[in-house]
Amino acid sequence: MSVLDKRSADQRHSRPEKEPGALPGSEAGDTTAGDTKSAREPSRSGRRGLPLALNAVSVALGIALWWALASAGFKLPTPPEVVSRAGTLISDGTLADDALASLTRVLIGFALGTAVAVPVGFLMGWYGILRGLIEPWIQFFRTIPPLAIIPLAVVAMGIDETPKIFVIFLAAFLACVISTFQGVVNVDRTLINAARVLGAGDATIFARVVVPASTPFILVGMRVGLGSAWATLVAAELIAAQEGLGYRMQNAQLYYDLPTIFVGLISIGILGLLMDRVLLLAERRLTRWQERR
Amino acid sequence: MTSTEAKISVQHVTKTFSLGRETFTALDDVSLDIANHEFVTVVGPSGCGKSTLMNILAGLETPTAGRALVDGAPVSGPGPERGVIFQQYALFPWLTVRQNVEFGLRTTGVPKAERRARAEHFIELVGLERFADALPKTLSGGMRQRCAIARAYAVDPSILLMDEPFGALDALTRVKLQEQLLKTWSQDKRTVLFITHDVDEAVFLANRVVVMAARPGRVYDVIDVDPAIVRDEAFRLSPEFAALRNRVWHSVYHQEGRTAALSGSHSSPS
Repeated sequence: MSVLDKRSADQRHSRPEKEPGALPGSEAGDTTAGDTKSAREPSRSGRRGLPLALNAVSVALGIALWWALASAGFKLPTPPEVVSRAGTLISDGTLADDALASLTRVLIGFALGTAVAVPVGFLMGWYGILRGLIEPWIQFFRTIPPLAIIPLAVVAMGIDETPKIFVIFLAAFLACVISTFQGVVNVDRTLINAARVLGAGDATIFARVVVPASTPFILVGMRVGLGSAWATLVAAELIAAQEGLGYRMQNAQLYYDLPTIFVGLISIGILGLLMDRVLLLAERRLTRWQERR
Repeated sequence: MTSTEAKISVQHVTKTFSLGRETFTALDDVSLDIANHEFVTVVGPSGCGKSTLMNILAGLETPTAGRALVDGAPVSGPGPERGVIFQQYALFPWLTVRQNVEFGLRTTGVPKAERRARAEHFIELVGLERFADALPKTLSGGMRQRCAIARAYAVDPSILLMDEPFGALDALTRVKLQEQLLKTWSQDKRTVLFITHDVDEAVFLANRVVVMAARPGRVYDVIDVDPAIVRDEAFRLSPEFAALRNRVWHSVYHQEGRTAALSGSHSSPS
């Protein structure tokens, strides 16, 4: 649920900075008309600097606290140690190789998971029979953490890429399929009726009403799916891998190499954040029509 | 009037819904004929089945018993000759005003150039030309409903079914849209079935006001309004209007006393 909460907070903050620029010339009439809703948006744009400044202050304070704890004798590397280790790992190419290996796994698993989840979610939402047949399995597998599948996947599929991608696929699929299905079920009946009285048949209603109306749900599902794919990836690499960010950290643990573990953690965080932002941007573009309160 | 010459003919329509183990009678033996070019308003308390009646005529629901005819043929589903306007506007929020208006033209396979021209015409008719490329979320309630009206007009239906279309609007916007609707109707003379819970609106617009009663939903009273009357502000403020309004008002809000007296005679013919 935390991802959903974060999403609404993001929208509250970033809406003012988007809206004035987001109005294309063709909609210029909106800002001049007193009775349109968007006219009052730009007035909030003056406050957007404040949250960003607070974010920066918060990050600086966090690093200072980390540094203080490390200096006070806790078993932590200091920020400069981590930065210099990051420099080494970047210059010898290890970090890039590991990140690439991890990203490849997560993107393949995530793409497959989403590609299967969206049609399955649509079918479940649209056809009651299929829903009855598929839903018990999805509900059952949803209660099993994908990580718990790893031992079985390793035994059944060996220790190469297949079990890791499979587990990531499963994580992304389960998150996205439920959301897509919910999106289809939640399509406003009135919109379907409106399409029917305008002469739309089932195929048209599906393509021109159900698909666009459930897009916001699918995109939320994809973001949750990406988050759980990423979380699953690192754990999968901790168990059986020859390269990747998770493997690198596991390896560093053997040598008591704390700076490398920190570089790994920070890289995972930054890459996860970047991927989430990319999806968030896509979501904003595709669901610009939504009313947001 | 016999049912063969009626534009819309509702014949002994009963509609029941089952809610769990209980059965709810939304419409109980409702009969109503509407002539071509007539403007009929239906008014009644909530739960009187007025929306169910409209959904049956729109082809979105089927009667449990009885039948609904349009142009002499039984209604078997939605059709392009019946335009529907919903209370909640029901605009597709991901489409612009223009794309919304073109929706029905696309589904009925109107070629692109003609589609453009017709959408343009009806967007102008409802005065939204400056907002043709705006998304519904940027429009006010009144503008949204004007867009929905343009969308319904665009497929050129001979019947308009309107389900409390102005119910969610402020009083001033409502009066403006009523006048606009009457102006358009006086030119093209579509057949209109207009559902409302507002007695003033029912009297002002109609050739005939149908009052319905609830539990079970049925036709309770029918009040004719002289079609020769000019519907303008003078009419709205006239003693004639006040008298009609009083009559409809009593019929709608003092049903309880008469229901008992009527119930004997009501059930006997059926």
